[in-house]
Amino acid sequence: MNAYVAAILQGAVLTVGVSVSALLVSIVLGLLGAAAKLSGRTVWVALATAYTTIIRGIPELVLMLLIFYGGTIGLNNALEWMGSEATVDINPFAAGVLTIGFIYGAYMTETFRGAILSIPKGQIEAAWAFGMGRTQAFLRITAPQMVRYALPSFTNNWLVLIKATALVSLIGLQEMTYAAKQASAATRSPFVFFLFTAGLFLVYTTVSLLALRRLNARFSLGAKRGTL
Amino acid sequence: MNWAILFKAQNLALFGTGIVTTLSLLFASLAVGAVMALVFALLLTGPWAPLRWLVGAYTYVIRGTPLLIQVYLIYYGLGQLEWIQARWDTVWPWTHFKEPFFCALLAFSLNTAGYTAEMLAGAIRETSAGEIEAAQAYGMNRVQVMWHIVLPSALRRTLPAYSNEVVMMLHSTSLASAVPSMLDVTAAASRIYSDYYLPFEAYLAAAAIYLTASFCLIGVFKLSERHLLAYLAPQKH
Repeated sequence: MNAYVAAILQGAVLTVGVSVSALLVSIVLGLLGAAAKLSGRTVWVALATAYTTIIRGIPELVLMLLIFYGGTIGLNNALEWMGSEATVDINPFAAGVLTIGFIYGAYMTETFRGAILSIPKGQIEAAWAFGMGRTQAFLRITAPQMVRYALPSFTNNWLVLIKATALVSLIGLQEMTYAAKQASAATRSPFVFFLFTAGLFLVYTTVSLLALRRLNARFSLGAKRGTL
Repeated sequence: MNWAILFKAQNLALFGTGIVTTLSLLFASLAVGAVMALVFALLLTGPWAPLRWLVGAYTYVIRGTPLLIQVYLIYYGLGQLEWIQARWDTVWPWTHFKEPFFCALLAFSLNTAGYTAEMLAGAIRETSAGEIEAAQAYGMNRVQVMWHIVLPSALRRTLPAYSNEVVMMLHSTSLASAVPSMLDVTAAASRIYSDYYLPFEAYLAAAAIYLTASFCLIGVFKLSERHLLAYLAPQKH
């Protein structure tokens, strides 16, 4: 019994690893996507729009299976075509992180785009008038305020992302859902182990919610709220 | 790439069965979930504190844990309990716990009920105070205010958020493929993948089916929003 609990706890660490790595990927993709959507260049806008529309219309599980199984075969075919004898296996951690990051990048694109649009244009013009360049204006004016506008929707995305990591167990990554499934198959007491795992997920989501709420309060200091 | 395989009669039939399973799971769980959500939302905004607290805890747990674990808990977990084991061969509602479709349906309904209840409760709380005061001034009691004034408007205002939830549920039904012997669209794709070793073709076909279904659902909601929320649109002069 204790060995199974230990395996689930080890899986819990891996769950954190997958979620945080996927979050980083999604933030990078989200920033790129938002930049593309706001660039005003037809090609970039079309590409980014296609990305967010298609990704958000397909289940995560199907995308994950597509990338994991399809990616493995695609890579091996490419290697064969180049005349190499070697075969590669995509490791489930990388496939999971890339897929989840890729999917939530689409949601983050919308989050960041909305946040950037919420910043009054006058502020950016004022920054330019002060002689700031594009980068400087972004780093000093846009970025700090963007955090405040983006946080509520970012929090949502993060909570959904943590829960999506459970799906990585289906492509064989031994995170906590996988460990729980192994344990319940071996001991014939699935109820206990799945309940324990659900509890761990609840701890993650609760801690994230509390932490992000504090962060939100910190970044909203001095923000004026209308009162009725 | 070998697309021709997808169009063999037996594989088309496989996807056909998958589409029927996916859509029946979706609409059945939405229907059951919506009824539960309405009751939960009324309790969440109602006057009884213990019930408010209880339903709040329910939605918190449902929204804080992955759907996959909820499916596992019901499909694998409940079978472990002796109380259910003693009944599932003979006593009526418990006999269903042996059917994968019922277990998936139960998990999905409980899940969507949790999310929808919070949306609906939010809309009920945001009903403008003036409308409620006016209704009270007309001499309506609590139930009448809820039935004639608050609910018709709150249900409509939930529509945009609910359309997201419906598309999310469509995507969530793909988790049914994690339950053995369920043949939804994703499971159909997995079977074609394992029969022919063609992951791209199989999963891209599944992705196209889900994408089409998502767009159709979004379209239907857009149309009904235009009709049902016309009174909230900016006025034309």
